[in-house]
Amino acid sequence: MAGDGPSAPREIPVALDVRSIRKSFGSHEVLKGISLAAREHDVVAILGSSGSGKSTFLRCINLLETPDGGEVRLKGELIRMRQRGGMLVPADMKQVDRIRSRLSMVFQQFNLWQHMTILENVTAAQIHVLGRDRKSAVEKAEAMLAKVGVADKRGHYPGQLSGGQQQRVAIARALAMDPEVMLFDEPTSALDPELVNEVLKVMRDLAAEGRTMLIVTHEMGFAREAASHMLFLHQGLVEDEGPPREIMANPNSERFRQFLSGSLK
Amino acid sequence: MDAFLEMVREYGPDFFWGTVLTIQLVVISALLGAAMAIPLALARMSRNLPLYWISSAYSIFFRGTPLLVQFFLIYYGLGQFAFIRTSFLWPFLREAYVCAIITLTLNTAAYSSEVIRGGILSVPRGEIEAARATGMSAFTAYRLVILPRAFSLILPAYSNEIIILLKGTSLASTITLLELMGASQLAASATYQPIQVFALAGIIYYCLTMAITSLFHWLERRYNRYMTLAR
Repeated sequence: MAGDGPSAPREIPVALDVRSIRKSFGSHEVLKGISLAAREHDVVAILGSSGSGKSTFLRCINLLETPDGGEVRLKGELIRMRQRGGMLVPADMKQVDRIRSRLSMVFQQFNLWQHMTILENVTAAQIHVLGRDRKSAVEKAEAMLAKVGVADKRGHYPGQLSGGQQQRVAIARALAMDPEVMLFDEPTSALDPELVNEVLKVMRDLAAEGRTMLIVTHEMGFAREAASHMLFLHQGLVEDEGPPREIMANPNSERFRQFLSGSLK
Repeated sequence: MDAFLEMVREYGPDFFWGTVLTIQLVVISALLGAAMAIPLALARMSRNLPLYWISSAYSIFFRGTPLLVQFFLIYYGLGQFAFIRTSFLWPFLREAYVCAIITLTLNTAAYSSEVIRGGILSVPRGEIEAARATGMSAFTAYRLVILPRAFSLILPAYSNEIIILLKGTSLASTITLLELMGASQLAASATYQPIQVFALAGIIYYCLTMAITSLFHWLERRYNRYMTLAR
């Protein structure tokens, strides 16, 4: 028993462990207890119709929304929360900031800092959060911009770039932090259709590199190809989950079947 | 025309020193006012109730009463309090110049803080979230993203505030200060040529306004390139 066969896969450590996240806005309960464990190198696609709570779930992980209940652990480190006036609040904002710097997020609306050049967008957090010196931050930024194919835009401002280019810069900004887990919140939903693929290609490359990623998306083809695990949320609960090809071919839930037939038209 | 040149020859130096004093009042109170306005704006947005109430009361008082009343309250009013008359600050506080600076600073700080508050509130939510999501503390996010972004958003409105401040300095003449308006009044009563005198004062105020406008245009070109370049 103790000595498993030589062919037994070594246990891959869990990178992000999220347990029973609950969140209400007013009387509307958006998340009713959602859990997820992503091992290192996992690419988890989170699907669901609009209003199913998938973006809120992602935002609860890095505490852009404060969950009403549940636990988030990054590499075993629990984000400490405490009660105040019946609400859950972070016990230590310094810890939250530190965890956030290890969890990069890419937003639907890119959210580049408009008053900074592309290079400054990618160096700012490296310098002021990670404490890197300017020279190594610039080197890192240039490497990341080259990786996503926008190195020639370093002196431009975000407003001068197309949506697809801006989103690739946002991915470079996230990558420059050397994150342990990357969170993508509908990264292609605000893009013109012809610009979607340039962003998806970058994300496919990241998945192939073995990055740990959580991706809220509507891109079913991409999710099937790139994801190692898929979660379908419905009305604040995990309605179906499993390896993408399996559950897309054989959904366990009627809701998911309907969702798939609606989105694969 | 001859009379006009005569008047300029006679009172030119008074106008010159009056203009210098006006510029001093504007520059000093604008800088002090801006320095006060940022913490005031933050206090106005604070969830700390005492801070919020004090800053709101301040803002309502200075925006709700005429500037002339504030000049009189500070210049004539402060001397009524024995503890102020006996304090070591009295030699300063009884000076009209100091009272004018204090009044203009407090007044412009109240208006500027509203402009700054509006600027901070119009920084796109997503850019602030992006800053926090990288792990920036609230302070760092303010320093790198929120305040610089608000600064460029408020430049046009802020130039208005400085122009109004310039015109407000003319009221300092009522507390014996011989700035541009005070100098003009003296010249007008000495020469019995109010039209020429006040026309000249008007022209100088106009030129100062143009200077403020071009300063802000320069600032906008310098700091808002990202907006004009955007497609």
